[in-house]
Amino acid sequence: MAPVVLFRAAVALAGRFPALAGVDLSLDQGEVVVVVGPNGAGKTSLLRACAGLLPVTSGEASVLDVDLTADHTAVRRFVGLLGHAAPLYDELTAAENVRFAVRALGLPVKNADQALERLGLTGRLRSTAAGRLSAGQRRRVALAALLARNPTLWLLDEPHAGLDAGSRALLGELIGEAVSSGASVLLSSHEPQLSVPLADRVVSMVGGRVTGEEPGGRRVTLTAVPASPPEAAAGDVGAFHVA
Amino acid sequence: MLHDAVLVAGKDLRIEARSRVALWQVVPFAVLVLVLLAFAIGPDQAALRHAAPGIFWVALLFSTVLAIQRSVAVESGEGTRDGLRLSGIDPAGIFLGKAAAIGLQLLALQLILWAGVTFLFDVRVHVIWLAVVACLLATVGLACAGVLYGALSAGLRVRDTLLPLLVLPVLAPVLLAGSKVWQAALDNNASSGTQWLKILVPFAVVYLVVGIVLYGPLQEAA
Repeated sequence: MAPVVLFRAAVALAGRFPALAGVDLSLDQGEVVVVVGPNGAGKTSLLRACAGLLPVTSGEASVLDVDLTADHTAVRRFVGLLGHAAPLYDELTAAENVRFAVRALGLPVKNADQALERLGLTGRLRSTAAGRLSAGQRRRVALAALLARNPTLWLLDEPHAGLDAGSRALLGELIGEAVSSGASVLLSSHEPQLSVPLADRVVSMVGGRVTGEEPGGRRVTLTAVPASPPEAAAGDVGAFHVA
Repeated sequence: MLHDAVLVAGKDLRIEARSRVALWQVVPFAVLVLVLLAFAIGPDQAALRHAAPGIFWVALLFSTVLAIQRSVAVESGEGTRDGLRLSGIDPAGIFLGKAAAIGLQLLALQLILWAGVTFLFDVRVHVIWLAVVACLLATVGLACAGVLYGALSAGLRVRDTLLPLLVLPVLAPVLLAGSKVWQAALDNNASSGTQWLKILVPFAVVYLVVGIVLYGPLQEAA
């Protein structure tokens, strides 16, 4: 079976600068891969490229058998991306936001209702305008929208950020359920203590390249690894090292 | 495409109904333009009657820019623009939906402006069907051109100031033709007015077709 994600020497530009500078990565069906690395390493760019939001300009890149170098937009309806910012309309309620995401794909509205319930967005929360929700609640609404769309590939960018302990545990459950049903997960994280236990593999990135790979679910230590100056953004705290 | 257009238009109109920006900002702005231009012309009733069609269309054009900016702003929130691109909605459907939402707001605005010029300038439209056809055609053209240029400026930090510069010259033919048709409708001269409809029809059709074809690439480039 062909990998769900297959990147070989993939290059993607953000403006004039290479956000991905020759990435080699594969992700199989039902696999969870966690991407770690310092700020500016290219983790978000990798997820955006997989989602078809960042065009791959050279090398090989395919997601779900769609050649991203030929048409990077064709893969979008099959993936679910949870980015840094929740893609919500502030004036619409939590339920309306999730229903819009579901209707856009022509899926039944009951998917939205089930996802809202699964994320604990019931009662007053469900009918509250997204603009009045806390950051964590907005994150849960975005996650509900992703869950309701039932994507084949989950792309989660710092998914634990802003979530409370209960929601983090629930996220772990949802990832487990998604993988059990045949979906694949590519997850970037600055919190290896939360993400690595979920992972089949942990991939390190620095400077737009994959620099290492370890099995997931192992004991992890957080070690500051100096990044080379051109690749490191101001405020870098260092790379995660998987022991 | 039609399903997508209805979905997007419904979303945009619901957002407008909740935010009430159109009600509390666009409508008062349009009425303010009418009143200020009336002040500028002075108390001469004949001059006001003569200028009424032009004032109507100037007020409509300026208000259209506000409506377009608002439509762009709905998708300018962090994450929402990417969200819409990832939604699976056909870009042509997004274009049609956003244009329909703006168009419906403009139609409502034109009713208010019509009442405004009737009351402030004491004018009476004699050939109502002609004025209505001009308004409908102009609405399609303004909404389609507006969404298209809105997409062009969407990704820019200077979009709020750039958009009027881009869009007002493009909408000038609507101002010209609309004013002439309305003048003919006021003067009970339908044959003269129908000549100017020949500008509004291709304007609406061209921007409708170009928008359907180009909105996707523009959305990607923004």
